[in-house]
Amino acid sequence: MMAPIADPRFSPMPAGMFFSASVGNALPLLHQIRHALTALLTGGTETIIDLGAIPFGPGDEAVLEETLGTGEVHAVLTAMGESHVRETAIPGVWRIDHRDMAGALQSRFVEITMMPDILKTQREDAVRGLKVLEDRLAALDGGTPV
Amino acid sequence: MKTRPLLSETMAAHGVSRRTFMKYCATLASVMALPPALAPRIAQALERARRPSVIWLSFQECTGCTESITRSHAPTIEEMIFNTISLDYQDTLQAAAGHQAEAARHQAMKENYGKYLVVVEGSIPVANPAYSCFAGRSNLDVLKETAAGAAAIVTVGTCAAYGGIPHAMPNPTGARAVSDIITDKPIINVPGCPPIPVVMTGVLAHFLTFGVPELDDLGRPKAFYGDVIHDRCYRRPFYDKGLFAETFDDEGARAGWCLYKLGCKGPTTHSVCATVKWNGGVSFPIQSGHPCLGCTQPDFWDGGGFYKPLSVPTGDYRALAAGGVGVGAVVGAAGALVGRGVKAEAARKHETVDAHDLEKPS
Ligand code: SF4
Repeated sequence: MMAPIADPRFSPMPAGMFFSASVGNALPLLHQIRHALTALLTGGTETIIDLGAIPFGPGDEAVLEETLGTGEVHAVLTAMGESHVRETAIPGVWRIDHRDMAGALQSRFVEITMMPDILKTQREDAVRGLKVLEDRLAALDGGTPV
Repeated sequence: MKTRPLLSETMAAHGVSRRTFMKYCATLASVMALPPALAPRIAQALERARRPSVIWLSFQECTGCTESITRSHAPTIEEMIFNTISLDYQDTLQAAAGHQAEAARHQAMKENYGKYLVVVEGSIPVANPAYSCFAGRSNLDVLKETAAGAAAIVTVGTCAAYGGIPHAMPNPTGARAVSDIITDKPIINVPGCPPIPVVMTGVLAHFLTFGVPELDDLGRPKAFYGDVIHDRCYRRPFYDKGLFAETFDDEGARAGWCLYKLGCKGPTTHSVCATVKWNGGVSFPIQSGHPCLGCTQPDFWDGGGFYKPLSVPTGDYRALAAGGVGVGAVVGAAGALVGRGVKAEAARKHETVDAHDLEKPS
């Protein structure tokens, strides 16, 4: 039987990782994420962590980034500036960075969820979309070019 | 009275999608230091809100607070002005001047009487009101007139909140805080020299969505001033281990050790500098290697020296300052007498700090 192909996303720790977490806040945060992921799997409880409220020191961001890694999904919203929604290499753990139209960072979150709400189509937008589609079809039926 | 459009109507008119609105609310929750899960409630509150009229008064100050808020990145002041508030008077930013500007203030007051928000930047000189006037009127007169029809007052900066640098010994102008003069309106103090931009916009957003936030005993929103910097400082583990920088360029300073011995006031200073940080979250003074000056606290200027550790006695500056504040409730001539009374004492005790002092180990 062939040995299963190792998935680098699930290796214990990325090779050569810079790890200076002994006095920083990345390690407690990563443990909080671990607890939140457990809660998601056992009771379906979703968690949102506002990274703007965490006192990060130099090096903490690198520890967080490298420990969570990069996953399969990277969606870019264009909504008054770009928002990057990335699933990390720990499925169920997402990074969400909101930027304004000048590209400046507005807020950033870690979401522990199966699907971040911001990716879903909002009902109000779908209602508006239906009206737009009906108008366009009416225009087509009437022979008016859209 | 003109009916202002609901925020949801304004946003819909500009073609803003619900998803964009959710993004905006998520950022607002972060800015207001509220749990991210409250974003949907912020959205609900915002949908029902009308853009409030805001009158911004600049008194005895350096305009640093306006400089700071115009650098707010989330939300930007432009977003606040055009989407969230109606800034009807701000004599530094507005195009109008002189009689036209004053007419704009009076019109905003008349049309929104009892509902508008007053933002005050700067202290009010009461020893001799002529120290700071505009349009031929003293700051004291304009404050009393404008506050009369306000729903609430937000003081931005330590000068408006507690007197700030103009109030520092020997307080030559008899500078007073807004709360020394106006006692019949809700006052939200947003101190800092200057305050962090997003804290100012966050407080305005909180007022708009949920009204006056919960305040501490110095009138500051607990969401932003509930913790001392020390509790959230990334250098705290060094403090706990007793590892202190002794000078600004020793091994400890280079290794990022605690700045307590270099005069850090983080243990007694309430602010979110260590988490929200400055310049779009890039850094804050302690991260840049400089001790906290304690600028969100009353009378921080009279603490006996920015580079003295908190444990070093500072004489009776604080007692003098507290006395000044207490008597300051009786404004006018009495304020002037207090200022003159402490002047000689303060001059005798005053110590200057120069570059050589910075090099001395404590
Ligand atoms: S640098 Fe200041 S705020 Fe940070 S741990 Fe040391 S004393 Fe506390």
